[in-house]
Amino acid sequence: MIQNDVSRRRLLGLGLGLGAAASLTLAGCGGGDSGSSGPAAGNGGKEYTGPKVDLKLWNGFTGGDGDIFKALVNQFNTEHKNIAVSVATYQWEDYYNKLPGAASSGNGPDIAVMHMDQLATFAARGVITELDDVAKTLELSEGDFAPTVWKGGLYNNKRYGIPLDMHPLGFYYNKAVMQKAGLDPNKPPTTKDEYVAALTELKKAGVQGFWVSPFQFTGGMTFYSLLNQWGGTLFDADVAKATFNSDPAVEACTWLVDMIKQGFSPANVGQDADYLAFKSNKNAFTWNGIWQINDLKKSPEVQWGVAPLPQIGSKPAAWANSHNFTIVKQRANDANKVSGAKVFINWLSEHSLDWAKGGQIPARKAVREGTEFKALPEISSLAPELEYAAFPPAAPGLGEVMTTFYNSFNEAALGKKSPKQALDDGVAKANKQLEDNRKKYGS
Amino acid sequence: MADVIEVGAARGDAPPPAANAARRGGSAGRTGRATPYLFLAPYLVLFGVFGLLPIVLGLWLSVHQWDFQLPNRPFVGLDNYKELFSSDSAVYGDWWESVRATAIFTALSVPLLVVVPLGLALLLHRSFPGRTFFRAIYFAPYVLGVAVIGLLWRFLLDANLGLVNRLAGAVGLPSDTPWVTNMPWAWISLVGVTVWWTSGFNAVIYLAGLQDISPELYEAARVDGANAWQRFRNVTLPGLRPVLLFVITTTVLASANMFGQSFLITQGTPGTETRTVVWFIVEEGLRDNDAGRAAAMSIVFALMLAVVSIANFRLFRYKED
Repeated sequence: MIQNDVSRRRLLGLGLGLGAAASLTLAGCGGGDSGSSGPAAGNGGKEYTGPKVDLKLWNGFTGGDGDIFKALVNQFNTEHKNIAVSVATYQWEDYYNKLPGAASSGNGPDIAVMHMDQLATFAARGVITELDDVAKTLELSEGDFAPTVWKGGLYNNKRYGIPLDMHPLGFYYNKAVMQKAGLDPNKPPTTKDEYVAALTELKKAGVQGFWVSPFQFTGGMTFYSLLNQWGGTLFDADVAKATFNSDPAVEACTWLVDMIKQGFSPANVGQDADYLAFKSNKNAFTWNGIWQINDLKKSPEVQWGVAPLPQIGSKPAAWANSHNFTIVKQRANDANKVSGAKVFINWLSEHSLDWAKGGQIPARKAVREGTEFKALPEISSLAPELEYAAFPPAAPGLGEVMTTFYNSFNEAALGKKSPKQALDDGVAKANKQLEDNRKKYGS
Repeated sequence: MADVIEVGAARGDAPPPAANAARRGGSAGRTGRATPYLFLAPYLVLFGVFGLLPIVLGLWLSVHQWDFQLPNRPFVGLDNYKELFSSDSAVYGDWWESVRATAIFTALSVPLLVVVPLGLALLLHRSFPGRTFFRAIYFAPYVLGVAVIGLLWRFLLDANLGLVNRLAGAVGLPSDTPWVTNMPWAWISLVGVTVWWTSGFNAVIYLAGLQDISPELYEAARVDGANAWQRFRNVTLPGLRPVLLFVITTTVLASANMFGQSFLITQGTPGTETRTVVWFIVEEGLRDNDAGRAAAMSIVFALMLAVVSIANFRLFRYKED
């Protein structure tokens, strides 16, 4: 990584790297049979009356949501004299790499926030613990949540995650740019015809109105949504075979790549360039995560609106994911810590309206339907998407398969391969990866 | 290993090893046989723990399907190695693509990283006003971390919003060059940024080498009527030979270990064409949790680099003869 640094620094770095690998391995040797004790500590998070416990919590909320989360934790700490929660924040990607090693060496957190599609992997690998009793105490049931989110917390019929929120992809439109092209800034397009008509008007006004990024954020997630809108799926029902080269998938991909060919999008859009262009009035439409609402609110000079994704295919659909609370297995099992952690999860779940201000839709239906949530106009405007949100499937080891999916879109969007070719190649590789995962996790 | 540590630990408060050996009446004369090893002990401990042990562990890992979180880590023999060479495995395509990417980057970057810094060093070796300032300027980028230069150049090179294309457009050149997302531009950018970033380091090494060449040799050459090129060819280059060997060897290894630039600047695009071997190993081992496969790749990659390094040394020895 560091070029040319030959002498001591390089040797040291090499030594440290190898040393870290060795210590991981050693930890792994001892960690295999640790933390196997049952999850039955505490009373499922109703209350905690034991001696004072210090709990570590890890999350990946690096944006504006992180501050709101910390404020909530502070509030919790003042209300609970015998539980002290401290928060550490990492980039999500590092976070998922770091967590298993930290947990098995005894340096991990007690509570970890995790995306829905990561739960199965971490449950299968024994990093997190079962939470059925918390769900019972919280009297949570499928009816309180979007069904996919609720089921996403299960692995082998046991609950590992308590859903905190849901975050779908939304349709952001730049009002100033729309006005410039003579479009009504208060009537964003909602159908395919309206969408293409709007893009045509924008093009006449000299604006490429829909920058298609070749990267997962946000082009890949846009394609994911469109694929579902066309009626396709990424995998079959058992997540045994990849199906993202089906006819609907190829059609959806072709439509999106054609946006570039027709000049509605520039070619070779860089990472984040779609969003930066949107903020600097060079791009009219961007399909981006709900988490950008708070970021856009910090830029008062940008005139923007957000709405559910337009329906381009045969049915509405939108990419979405969900943050979940999990409890990390510890080498030295401390029942007090586990019950303290459950109290925290229970408390925060009940305060998820405050979390909504962080730019996410609360997972709890009751909170979502309350008047206070509806008073958050931008965020609640995306709530209707949850009826048809397409959450990623839950299967252990799916992360690398999803990367393969996004990489095939990248090749199509950059014109390296035709959509059909890119997706065919991606599926061929994904099927091999799924087979490897079956062998490894034995499902 | 425990023994080694004891020796190392005992060294601190024990009487000098020589005295020790003498008291024992060792047959090896005034200094005991153990003495050289005791002097080496601190290094040997470090080497054992951080060098040898990981290599042995790596070999061990590479014959298992190893996920350190799973209780079951079956022995798989040479399967992890066979996968790398059998075209119907899940990793075959990615693995060889990453080898290819690394080879391309190394082949393109090493000649530039050997020649450009040499030119710089020759210029900076001359005496002119502001020399120290320029020496500092050319070395400056090297001080920055890969994250800094990676993000900086990703934005500068952005095809649609970047400053580089803006400037190119202003002087009448194409303003839509896909510097970081398409071929061959992605390689040009990665090599260019790396040369800009790390030339200063090699230049400093060369500069030290140049200062070691005796001025009398140049004088003698001049007396014999050698022109500037002949002086360079017959005095400077031979004088720099050990330095050159060092620079080439370390530059090849550093380029072969490239990771940060493509991770941050091109992000592997288009597709995964600029994903390097080291990056792919990290992904397999830490993201996809297959330490066995990652270890097998590391070992195969290390063997490849060993071959290149040996060839390099051979080449220089041949020249010496």
